[in-house]
Amino acid sequence: MNKLVKYVCTDILRNRIVIGYTFFLLLISLSLFSLEDNAAKGMLSLLNLVLIIVPLVSVIFSTIYIYNSAEFIELLVSQPLRRKHLWSSLFIGLAGSLSLAFLIGVGLPVIIYDATATAWMMTGMGVVLTIIFVAIAMLAAVATRDKAKGIGISIFLWLFFAVLFDGLVLFALFQFEDYPLEKAMVVAAALNPVDLGRILILLKMDISALMGYTGAVFRDFFGTQTGMLIALVVLLLWIFVVFKLSLRKFNRKDL
Amino acid sequence: MIIASNVSKKFGKLKALDNVSVACNKGECIALLGPNGSGKTTLIKSILGMVVPDSGFITFNGKNILHDWLYRRHIGYMPQIGRYPDNMTIEQVFSMMKDIRSAEGNKQPDNSLAEQFGLMDILQKRMRTLSGGTRQKVSASIAFMFDPDVFILDEPTAGLDPVAAEVLKERIILEKSKGKLVLITSHILSELDDLITHVIYMQEGSMLFHKKIGDLQADTGEIKLSKAIAAVMLKK
Repeated sequence: MNKLVKYVCTDILRNRIVIGYTFFLLLISLSLFSLEDNAAKGMLSLLNLVLIIVPLVSVIFSTIYIYNSAEFIELLVSQPLRRKHLWSSLFIGLAGSLSLAFLIGVGLPVIIYDATATAWMMTGMGVVLTIIFVAIAMLAAVATRDKAKGIGISIFLWLFFAVLFDGLVLFALFQFEDYPLEKAMVVAAALNPVDLGRILILLKMDISALMGYTGAVFRDFFGTQTGMLIALVVLLLWIFVVFKLSLRKFNRKDL
Repeated sequence: MIIASNVSKKFGKLKALDNVSVACNKGECIALLGPNGSGKTTLIKSILGMVVPDSGFITFNGKNILHDWLYRRHIGYMPQIGRYPDNMTIEQVFSMMKDIRSAEGNKQPDNSLAEQFGLMDILQKRMRTLSGGTRQKVSASIAFMFDPDVFILDEPTAGLDPVAAEVLKERIILEKSKGKLVLITSHILSELDDLITHVIYMQEGSMLFHKKIGDLQADTGEIKLSKAIAAVMLKK
Protein backbone atom coordinates (compact mmCIF):
# COMPACT_ATOMS: atom_id res chain seq x y z
CA MET A 1 0.00 0.00 0.00
CA ASN A 2 2.90 2.37 0.76
CA LYS A 3 4.14 1.83 -2.76
CA LEU A 4 0.76 2.81 -4.15
CA VAL A 5 0.67 5.98 -2.06
CA LYS A 6 4.09 6.80 -3.44
CA TYR A 7 2.90 6.41 -7.05
CA VAL A 8 -0.24 8.47 -6.43
CA CYS A 9 1.75 11.25 -4.76
CA THR A 10 4.37 11.43 -7.54
CA ASP A 11 1.56 11.57 -10.05
CA ILE A 12 -0.22 14.40 -8.23
CA LEU A 13 2.97 16.36 -7.72
CA ARG A 14 3.72 16.04 -11.42
CA ASN A 15 0.36 17.72 -11.95
CA ARG A 16 1.03 21.46 -11.92
CA ILE A 17 -2.39 22.38 -10.54
CA VAL A 18 -1.47 21.50 -6.93
CA ILE A 19 1.70 23.58 -7.15
CA GLY A 20 -0.28 26.45 -8.65
CA TYR A 21 -2.85 26.11 -5.84
CA THR A 22 -0.10 26.30 -3.22
CA PHE A 23 1.30 29.51 -4.71
CA PHE A 24 -2.19 31.00 -5.07
CA LEU A 25 -2.91 30.42 -1.37
CA LEU A 26 0.53 31.70 -0.37
CA LEU A 27 0.09 34.85 -2.47
CA ILE A 28 -3.34 35.63 -1.02
CA SER A 29 -2.44 35.03 2.60
CA LEU A 30 0.82 36.99 2.38
CA SER A 31 -0.85 39.93 0.65
CA LEU A 32 -3.73 39.95 3.16
CA PHE A 33 -1.31 40.16 6.05
CA SER A 34 0.77 42.86 4.35
CA LEU A 35 -2.30 44.97 3.53
CA GLU A 36 -3.70 44.98 7.05
CA ASP A 37 -1.66 46.53 9.84
CA ASN A 38 -3.60 44.41 12.31
CA ALA A 39 -2.98 40.67 11.97
CA ALA A 40 -6.39 39.86 13.47
CA LYS A 41 -8.10 41.65 10.56
CA GLY A 42 -6.05 39.62 8.14
CA MET A 43 -7.20 36.48 9.89
CA LEU A 44 -10.83 37.47 9.46
CA SER A 45 -10.36 37.93 5.71
CA LEU A 46 -8.56 34.61 5.51
CA LEU A 47 -11.47 32.93 7.25
CA ASN A 48 -13.62 33.12 4.12
CA LEU A 49 -10.80 31.80 1.99
CA VAL A 50 -10.44 28.79 4.28
CA LEU A 51 -14.17 28.13 4.47
CA ILE A 52 -15.13 28.70 0.82
CA ILE A 53 -12.19 28.42 -1.58
CA VAL A 54 -10.30 25.55 0.08
CA PRO A 55 -13.27 23.13 0.04
CA LEU A 56 -14.12 24.16 -3.53
CA VAL A 57 -10.64 23.50 -4.89
CA SER A 58 -10.33 20.25 -2.92
CA VAL A 59 -13.63 18.87 -4.12
CA ILE A 60 -13.21 19.79 -7.80
CA PHE A 61 -9.57 18.79 -8.12
CA SER A 62 -10.17 15.43 -6.42
CA THR A 63 -13.20 14.58 -8.54
CA ILE A 64 -11.38 15.34 -11.78
CA TYR A 65 -8.30 13.49 -10.58
CA ILE A 66 -10.28 10.32 -9.81
CA TYR A 67 -11.93 10.40 -13.23
CA ASN A 68 -8.59 10.97 -14.95
CA SER A 69 -7.07 8.05 -13.05
CA ALA A 70 -9.60 5.63 -14.53
CA GLU A 71 -6.83 3.96 -16.55
CA PHE A 72 -4.54 3.72 -13.57
CA ILE A 73 -7.30 2.18 -11.45
CA GLU A 74 -8.26 -0.27 -14.19
CA LEU A 75 -4.65 -1.33 -14.63
CA LEU A 76 -4.12 -1.96 -10.93
CA VAL A 77 -7.42 -3.71 -10.22
CA SER A 78 -6.33 -6.60 -12.46
CA GLN A 79 -3.15 -6.95 -10.40
CA PRO A 80 -2.78 -8.77 -7.08
CA LEU A 81 -3.88 -5.81 -4.98
CA ARG A 82 -6.82 -5.26 -2.68
CA ARG A 83 -9.33 -2.77 -3.96
CA LYS A 84 -9.47 -1.38 -0.44
CA HIS A 85 -5.75 -0.60 -0.53
CA LEU A 86 -5.99 0.98 -3.95
CA TRP A 87 -8.85 3.26 -2.94
CA SER A 88 -7.27 4.17 0.41
CA SER A 89 -4.01 5.00 -1.35
CA LEU A 90 -5.82 7.36 -3.69
CA PHE A 91 -7.49 8.98 -0.69
CA ILE A 92 -4.27 9.33 1.30
CA GLY A 93 -2.43 10.64 -1.75
CA LEU A 94 -5.07 13.26 -2.56
CA ALA A 95 -5.78 14.33 1.02
CA GLY A 96 -2.07 14.38 1.85
CA SER A 97 -0.94 16.49 -1.08
CA LEU A 98 -3.84 18.97 -0.85
CA SER A 99 -3.33 19.31 2.92
CA LEU A 100 0.36 19.92 2.33
CA ALA A 101 -0.52 22.62 -0.22
CA PHE A 102 -2.82 24.24 2.37
CA LEU A 103 -0.25 24.01 5.15
CA ILE A 104 2.38 25.73 2.99
CA GLY A 105 -0.04 28.24 1.45
CA VAL A 106 -2.03 29.30 4.51
CA GLY A 107 -0.74 27.54 7.62
CA LEU A 108 2.81 28.80 7.30
CA PRO A 109 2.06 32.54 6.82
CA VAL A 110 -0.68 32.49 9.45
CA ILE A 111 1.62 31.03 12.07
CA ILE A 112 4.47 33.36 11.11
CA TYR A 113 2.33 36.52 11.29
CA ASP A 114 -0.03 35.68 14.10
CA ALA A 115 0.85 32.59 16.11
CA THR A 116 -2.20 32.62 18.37
CA ALA A 117 -4.72 29.90 19.24
CA THR A 118 -6.89 31.24 16.39
CA ALA A 119 -4.11 30.63 13.91
CA TRP A 120 -3.65 27.04 14.99
CA MET A 121 -7.39 26.47 14.95
CA MET A 122 -7.69 27.90 11.45
CA THR A 123 -4.83 25.78 10.16
CA GLY A 124 -6.33 22.68 11.72
CA MET A 125 -9.81 23.39 10.36
CA GLY A 126 -8.42 24.04 6.87
CA VAL A 127 -6.73 20.65 6.87
CA VAL A 128 -9.84 18.88 8.22
CA LEU A 129 -12.10 20.57 5.65
CA THR A 130 -9.67 19.64 2.87
CA ILE A 131 -9.79 15.99 3.90
CA ILE A 132 -13.60 15.97 4.27
CA PHE A 133 -14.08 17.46 0.82
CA VAL A 134 -11.62 15.02 -0.74
CA ALA A 135 -13.76 12.23 0.73
CA ILE A 136 -16.94 13.85 -0.62
CA ALA A 137 -15.34 14.15 -4.06
CA MET A 138 -14.37 10.48 -4.05
CA LEU A 139 -17.92 9.50 -3.15
CA ALA A 140 -19.30 11.62 -6.00
CA ALA A 141 -16.74 10.21 -8.45
CA VAL A 142 -17.47 6.58 -7.58
CA ALA A 143 -21.24 7.11 -7.68
CA THR A 144 -21.43 7.75 -11.41
CA ARG A 145 -19.47 6.75 -14.49
CA ASP A 146 -20.24 10.00 -16.29
CA LYS A 147 -17.52 12.58 -15.64
CA ALA A 148 -19.75 15.62 -16.23
CA LYS A 149 -22.38 14.25 -13.85
CA GLY A 150 -19.76 13.45 -11.20
CA ILE A 151 -18.27 16.94 -11.28
CA GLY A 152 -21.81 18.37 -11.18
CA ILE A 153 -22.62 16.38 -8.04
CA SER A 154 -19.37 17.54 -6.42
CA ILE A 155 -20.03 21.20 -7.14
CA PHE A 156 -23.60 20.89 -5.91
CA LEU A 157 -22.46 19.30 -2.64
CA TRP A 158 -19.95 22.09 -2.14
CA LEU A 159 -22.63 24.69 -2.90
CA PHE A 160 -24.97 22.99 -0.47
CA PHE A 161 -22.55 22.93 2.43
CA ALA A 162 -20.92 26.31 1.79
CA VAL A 163 -23.98 28.39 0.88
CA LEU A 164 -27.39 26.70 0.72
CA PHE A 165 -27.28 25.00 4.10
CA ASP A 166 -27.09 28.30 6.00
CA GLY A 167 -29.99 29.64 3.99
CA LEU A 168 -32.11 26.61 4.84
CA VAL A 169 -31.26 26.87 8.54
CA LEU A 170 -32.13 30.57 8.51
CA PHE A 171 -35.40 29.82 6.74
CA ALA A 172 -36.31 27.21 9.36
CA LEU A 173 -35.36 29.64 12.08
CA PHE A 174 -37.79 32.28 10.82
CA GLN A 175 -40.55 29.77 10.26
CA PHE A 176 -40.31 28.46 13.80
CA GLU A 177 -39.23 31.64 15.60
CA ASP A 178 -41.87 31.11 18.28
CA TYR A 179 -40.11 27.99 19.50
CA PRO A 180 -36.84 27.69 21.42
CA LEU A 181 -34.45 26.48 18.77
CA GLU A 182 -31.04 26.89 20.41
CA LYS A 183 -30.43 23.18 20.88
CA ALA A 184 -31.68 22.42 17.39
CA MET A 185 -29.25 25.03 16.06
CA VAL A 186 -26.32 23.30 17.69
CA VAL A 187 -27.37 20.01 16.09
CA ALA A 188 -27.91 21.67 12.70
CA ALA A 189 -24.46 23.23 12.85
CA ALA A 190 -22.92 19.84 13.57
CA LEU A 191 -24.49 18.45 10.39
CA ASN A 192 -22.46 20.79 8.24
CA PRO A 193 -18.65 20.57 8.43
CA VAL A 194 -18.20 24.06 6.99
CA ASP A 195 -20.43 25.58 9.69
CA LEU A 196 -18.73 23.59 12.38
CA GLY A 197 -15.36 24.85 11.17
CA ARG A 198 -16.61 28.42 11.07
CA ILE A 199 -18.01 28.27 14.61
CA LEU A 200 -14.85 26.77 16.05
CA ILE A 201 -12.66 29.42 14.45
CA LEU A 202 -14.97 32.32 15.36
CA LEU A 203 -15.13 31.18 18.99
CA LYS A 204 -11.35 31.34 19.13
CA MET A 205 -11.48 34.82 17.60
CA ASP A 206 -13.49 36.14 20.52
CA ILE A 207 -15.98 37.89 18.33
CA SER A 208 -18.77 35.46 19.10
CA ALA A 209 -20.41 38.30 21.01
CA LEU A 210 -21.28 39.72 17.59
CA MET A 211 -23.30 36.62 16.82
CA GLY A 212 -26.00 37.52 19.35
CA TYR A 213 -27.99 35.08 21.41
CA THR A 214 -27.23 32.06 19.19
CA GLY A 215 -23.58 32.95 19.54
CA ALA A 216 -23.93 32.72 23.27
CA VAL A 217 -25.53 29.30 22.97
CA PHE A 218 -22.69 28.14 20.75
CA ARG A 219 -20.20 29.60 23.19
CA ASP A 220 -21.88 27.67 25.98
CA PHE A 221 -21.70 24.44 24.05
CA PHE A 222 -18.65 24.53 21.77
CA GLY A 223 -16.62 26.81 24.03
CA THR A 224 -16.24 24.13 26.65
CA GLN A 225 -13.72 21.33 26.56
CA THR A 226 -16.42 18.69 26.00
CA GLY A 227 -18.05 20.73 23.27
CA MET A 228 -14.74 21.07 21.44
CA LEU A 229 -14.13 17.37 21.77
CA ILE A 230 -17.59 16.57 20.42
CA ALA A 231 -17.06 18.94 17.49
CA LEU A 232 -13.76 17.25 16.70
CA VAL A 233 -15.32 13.81 16.88
CA VAL A 234 -18.12 14.93 14.55
CA LEU A 235 -15.58 16.24 12.04
CA LEU A 236 -13.60 13.00 12.17
CA LEU A 237 -16.86 11.08 11.75
CA TRP A 238 -17.50 13.09 8.61
CA ILE A 239 -14.20 11.93 7.14
CA PHE A 240 -14.67 8.33 8.24
CA VAL A 241 -18.31 7.84 7.21
CA VAL A 242 -18.04 9.52 3.80
CA PHE A 243 -14.85 7.65 2.94
CA LYS A 244 -16.30 4.32 4.08
CA LEU A 245 -19.36 4.88 1.90
CA SER A 246 -17.20 5.55 -1.15
CA LEU A 247 -15.05 2.50 -0.36
CA ARG A 248 -18.13 0.27 -0.16
CA LYS A 249 -19.28 1.52 -3.54
CA PHE A 250 -15.84 1.09 -5.06
CA ASN A 251 -15.54 -2.49 -3.80
CA ARG A 252 -18.64 -3.43 -5.75
CA LYS A 253 -17.99 -1.39 -8.83
CA ASP A 254 -17.59 -3.02 -12.24
CA LEU A 255 -14.56 -1.72 -14.07
CA MET B 1 -8.00 -24.66 -11.87
CA ILE B 2 -10.63 -22.06 -12.68
CA ILE B 3 -14.22 -23.13 -12.15
CA ALA B 4 -17.17 -20.84 -12.79
CA SER B 5 -20.56 -21.99 -11.53
CA ASN B 6 -23.81 -20.50 -12.80
CA VAL B 7 -22.34 -17.05 -13.21
CA SER B 8 -24.83 -14.38 -14.28
CA LYS B 9 -24.31 -10.68 -14.82
CA LYS B 10 -26.65 -7.99 -16.03
CA PHE B 11 -25.70 -4.50 -17.20
CA GLY B 12 -29.00 -2.69 -16.92
CA LYS B 13 -31.38 -4.71 -19.08
CA LEU B 14 -28.64 -6.40 -21.04
CA LYS B 15 -27.76 -9.92 -19.93
CA ALA B 16 -24.00 -10.01 -20.38
CA LEU B 17 -23.63 -13.44 -18.78
CA ASP B 18 -26.47 -15.87 -18.41
CA ASN B 19 -25.87 -18.83 -16.12
CA VAL B 20 -22.40 -19.63 -17.42
CA SER B 21 -20.61 -22.65 -15.95
CA VAL B 22 -17.16 -23.62 -17.09
CA ALA B 23 -14.12 -25.49 -15.82
CA CYS B 24 -10.59 -24.82 -17.05
CA ASN B 25 -7.65 -27.03 -16.17
CA LYS B 26 -3.87 -26.90 -16.28
CA GLY B 27 -2.18 -27.49 -19.60
CA GLU B 28 -5.22 -26.48 -21.60
CA CYS B 29 -5.24 -23.75 -24.17
CA ILE B 30 -8.81 -22.59 -24.48
CA ALA B 31 -10.19 -20.40 -27.23
CA LEU B 32 -13.09 -18.26 -26.09
CA LEU B 33 -15.10 -17.58 -29.23
CA GLY B 34 -18.35 -15.88 -30.10
CA PRO B 35 -19.77 -12.86 -31.92
CA ASN B 36 -19.19 -9.30 -30.66
CA GLY B 37 -21.02 -8.60 -27.45
CA SER B 38 -21.48 -12.25 -26.58
CA GLY B 39 -19.98 -11.80 -23.11
CA LYS B 40 -16.42 -13.03 -23.65
CA THR B 41 -14.75 -10.01 -22.11
CA THR B 42 -17.29 -9.91 -19.27
CA LEU B 43 -16.45 -13.54 -18.44
CA ILE B 44 -12.74 -12.72 -18.45
CA LYS B 45 -13.27 -9.67 -16.29
CA SER B 46 -15.35 -11.72 -13.85
CA ILE B 47 -12.50 -14.19 -13.50
CA LEU B 48 -10.17 -11.27 -12.78
CA GLY B 49 -12.56 -9.79 -10.24
CA MET B 50 -12.95 -6.58 -12.24
CA VAL B 51 -16.64 -7.34 -12.71
CA VAL B 52 -18.59 -8.70 -9.76
CA PRO B 53 -21.19 -11.29 -10.88
CA ASP B 54 -24.81 -10.82 -9.78
CA SER B 55 -25.13 -14.50 -8.94
CA GLY B 56 -23.02 -17.62 -9.11
CA PHE B 57 -19.39 -17.89 -8.07
CA ILE B 58 -15.94 -18.46 -9.47
CA THR B 59 -13.20 -20.45 -7.78
CA PHE B 60 -9.48 -20.34 -8.46
CA ASN B 61 -7.53 -23.36 -7.25
CA GLY B 62 -10.54 -24.32 -5.13
CA LYS B 63 -10.89 -20.93 -3.43
CA ASN B 64 -13.73 -18.52 -4.05
CA ILE B 65 -12.31 -15.38 -5.66
CA LEU B 66 -14.83 -13.06 -4.05
CA HIS B 67 -13.02 -10.94 -1.43
CA ASP B 68 -9.74 -12.59 -2.43
CA TRP B 69 -7.06 -10.74 -4.31
CA LEU B 70 -3.87 -12.75 -3.91
CA TYR B 71 -4.95 -15.30 -6.53
CA ARG B 72 -4.34 -12.62 -9.15
CA ARG B 73 -0.60 -13.06 -8.69
CA HIS B 74 -1.00 -16.33 -10.60
CA ILE B 75 -2.59 -14.60 -13.57
CA GLY B 76 -0.99 -12.73 -16.42
CA TYR B 77 -3.68 -10.58 -18.03
CA MET B 78 -3.51 -8.84 -21.35
CA PRO B 79 -6.54 -6.56 -21.84
CA GLN B 80 -8.28 -5.98 -25.12
CA ILE B 81 -7.49 -2.27 -25.00
CA GLY B 82 -4.52 -1.52 -22.77
CA ARG B 83 -5.14 1.74 -20.96
CA TYR B 84 -2.24 3.24 -19.07
CA PRO B 85 -1.62 6.53 -17.25
CA ASP B 86 -0.73 9.00 -20.00
CA ASN B 87 2.13 10.67 -18.19
CA MET B 88 4.12 7.57 -17.38
CA THR B 89 6.94 6.28 -19.56
CA ILE B 90 7.14 2.63 -20.56
CA GLU B 91 9.97 2.19 -18.10
CA GLN B 92 7.90 3.66 -15.24
CA VAL B 93 4.98 1.36 -16.05
CA PHE B 94 7.29 -1.65 -16.08
CA SER B 95 9.00 -0.71 -12.83
CA MET B 96 5.65 0.00 -11.15
CA MET B 97 4.42 -3.45 -12.13
CA LYS B 98 7.65 -5.02 -10.85
CA ASP B 99 7.33 -3.03 -7.65
CA ILE B 100 3.75 -4.18 -7.07
CA ARG B 101 4.50 -7.80 -7.82
CA SER B 102 7.89 -7.96 -6.12
CA ALA B 103 6.42 -8.34 -2.63
CA GLU B 104 5.45 -11.88 -3.56
CA GLY B 105 9.08 -12.99 -3.53
CA ASN B 106 9.00 -13.66 -7.24
CA LYS B 107 12.07 -14.49 -9.23
CA GLN B 108 13.70 -11.91 -11.45
CA PRO B 109 11.08 -10.48 -13.83
CA ASP B 110 11.32 -11.80 -17.33
CA ASN B 111 11.84 -9.04 -19.88
CA SER B 112 12.45 -11.33 -22.82
CA LEU B 113 9.17 -10.51 -24.57
CA ALA B 114 9.77 -6.77 -24.22
CA GLU B 115 13.23 -7.29 -25.71
CA GLN B 116 11.85 -9.29 -28.62
CA PHE B 117 9.31 -6.56 -29.29
CA GLY B 118 12.05 -3.93 -29.31
CA LEU B 119 10.51 -2.04 -26.39
CA MET B 120 13.82 -1.78 -24.55
CA ASP B 121 14.98 0.87 -27.04
CA ILE B 122 11.99 3.16 -26.46
CA LEU B 123 11.67 2.88 -22.67
CA GLN B 124 11.63 6.66 -22.25
CA LYS B 125 8.56 7.23 -24.43
CA ARG B 126 5.43 8.35 -22.64
CA MET B 127 2.38 6.12 -22.86
CA ARG B 128 0.22 8.76 -24.57
CA THR B 129 2.61 8.99 -27.52
CA LEU B 130 2.46 5.26 -28.25
CA SER B 131 0.50 3.75 -31.13
CA GLY B 132 -2.20 1.19 -30.46
CA GLY B 133 0.08 -1.65 -31.55
CA THR B 134 2.92 -0.56 -29.28
CA ARG B 135 0.51 -0.37 -26.35
CA GLN B 136 -0.52 -3.94 -27.09
CA LYS B 137 3.16 -4.88 -26.99
CA VAL B 138 3.48 -3.25 -23.56
CA SER B 139 0.38 -5.14 -22.32
CA ALA B 140 1.74 -8.43 -23.63
CA SER B 141 5.17 -7.83 -22.07
CA ILE B 142 3.56 -7.18 -18.68
CA ALA B 143 1.35 -10.28 -18.93
CA PHE B 144 4.35 -12.53 -19.58
CA MET B 145 6.76 -10.76 -17.24
CA PHE B 146 6.06 -12.57 -13.97
CA ASP B 147 5.86 -16.21 -15.02
CA PRO B 148 2.25 -16.76 -13.88
CA ASP B 149 0.38 -20.09 -14.02
CA VAL B 150 -2.55 -18.74 -16.00
CA PHE B 151 -2.57 -16.46 -19.01
CA ILE B 152 -5.68 -14.56 -19.92
CA LEU B 153 -5.30 -12.90 -23.28
CA ASP B 154 -8.13 -10.77 -24.63
CA GLU B 155 -7.66 -10.31 -28.39
CA PRO B 156 -3.88 -10.46 -28.05
CA THR B 157 -2.98 -10.07 -31.71
CA ALA B 158 -5.43 -7.31 -32.62
CA GLY B 159 -3.35 -4.36 -33.76
CA LEU B 160 -0.02 -6.19 -33.69
CA ASP B 161 2.09 -6.33 -36.84
CA PRO B 162 2.64 -9.82 -38.35
CA VAL B 163 6.16 -10.15 -36.92
CA ALA B 164 5.06 -9.25 -33.39
CA ALA B 165 1.99 -11.49 -33.67
CA GLU B 166 4.25 -14.38 -34.63
CA VAL B 167 6.59 -13.66 -31.69
CA LEU B 168 3.63 -13.65 -29.32
CA LYS B 169 2.24 -16.87 -30.78
CA GLU B 170 5.55 -18.68 -30.33
CA ARG B 171 5.64 -17.49 -26.76
CA ILE B 172 2.12 -18.77 -26.09
CA ILE B 173 3.09 -22.19 -27.53
CA LEU B 174 6.16 -22.20 -25.28
CA GLU B 175 4.10 -21.42 -22.17
CA LYS B 176 1.52 -24.04 -23.11
CA SER B 177 4.26 -26.66 -23.36
CA LYS B 178 5.23 -25.77 -19.78
CA GLY B 179 1.77 -26.96 -18.72
CA LYS B 180 0.16 -23.58 -18.09
CA LEU B 181 -3.44 -22.67 -18.64
CA VAL B 182 -4.04 -20.22 -21.47
CA LEU B 183 -7.40 -18.54 -22.07
CA ILE B 184 -7.50 -16.65 -25.32
CA THR B 185 -10.14 -14.75 -27.24
CA SER B 186 -9.67 -13.81 -30.83
CA HIS B 187 -11.61 -13.20 -33.99
CA ILE B 188 -8.75 -14.27 -36.22
CA LEU B 189 -9.50 -17.98 -36.11
CA SER B 190 -6.77 -19.03 -38.53
CA GLU B 191 -4.19 -17.95 -35.95
CA LEU B 192 -5.62 -20.20 -33.29
CA ASP B 193 -5.36 -23.45 -35.26
CA ASP B 194 -1.99 -24.58 -33.95
CA LEU B 195 -2.48 -23.13 -30.46
CA ILE B 196 -5.64 -24.36 -28.86
CA THR B 197 -6.81 -27.60 -27.32
CA HIS B 198 -10.37 -26.61 -26.35
CA VAL B 199 -13.05 -24.30 -27.68
CA ILE B 200 -15.71 -22.42 -25.71
CA TYR B 201 -18.38 -20.88 -27.87
CA MET B 202 -20.56 -18.14 -26.42
CA GLN B 203 -23.63 -16.41 -27.77
CA GLU B 204 -25.72 -13.67 -26.17
CA GLY B 205 -24.22 -14.27 -22.78
CA SER B 206 -24.73 -17.99 -22.58
CA MET B 207 -22.28 -20.78 -23.33
CA LEU B 208 -23.30 -22.88 -26.32
CA PHE B 209 -20.58 -25.52 -26.01
CA HIS B 210 -17.23 -26.33 -24.43
CA LYS B 211 -15.48 -29.02 -26.45
CA LYS B 212 -12.10 -30.45 -27.19
CA ILE B 213 -10.89 -29.30 -30.57
CA GLY B 214 -10.79 -32.94 -31.77
CA ASP B 215 -14.44 -33.45 -30.88
CA LEU B 216 -15.40 -30.26 -32.67
CA GLN B 217 -13.54 -31.37 -35.77
CA ALA B 218 -15.25 -34.76 -35.64
CA ASP B 219 -18.71 -33.25 -35.12
CA THR B 220 -18.46 -30.82 -38.01
CA GLY B 221 -16.22 -32.82 -40.31
CA GLU B 222 -13.94 -29.80 -40.78
CA ILE B 223 -10.23 -29.69 -39.97
CA LYS B 224 -9.79 -25.92 -39.95
CA LEU B 225 -11.12 -24.10 -36.91
CA SER B 226 -12.55 -21.27 -39.01
CA LYS B 227 -14.53 -23.71 -41.14
CA ALA B 228 -15.67 -25.70 -38.10
CA ILE B 229 -16.95 -22.56 -36.34
CA ALA B 230 -18.64 -21.38 -39.54
CA ALA B 231 -20.39 -24.76 -39.74
CA VAL B 232 -21.55 -24.38 -36.12
CA MET B 233 -22.81 -20.84 -36.70
CA LEU B 234 -24.71 -21.88 -39.83
CA LYS B 235 -26.39 -24.75 -38.02
CA LYS B 236 -27.79 -22.41 -35.33
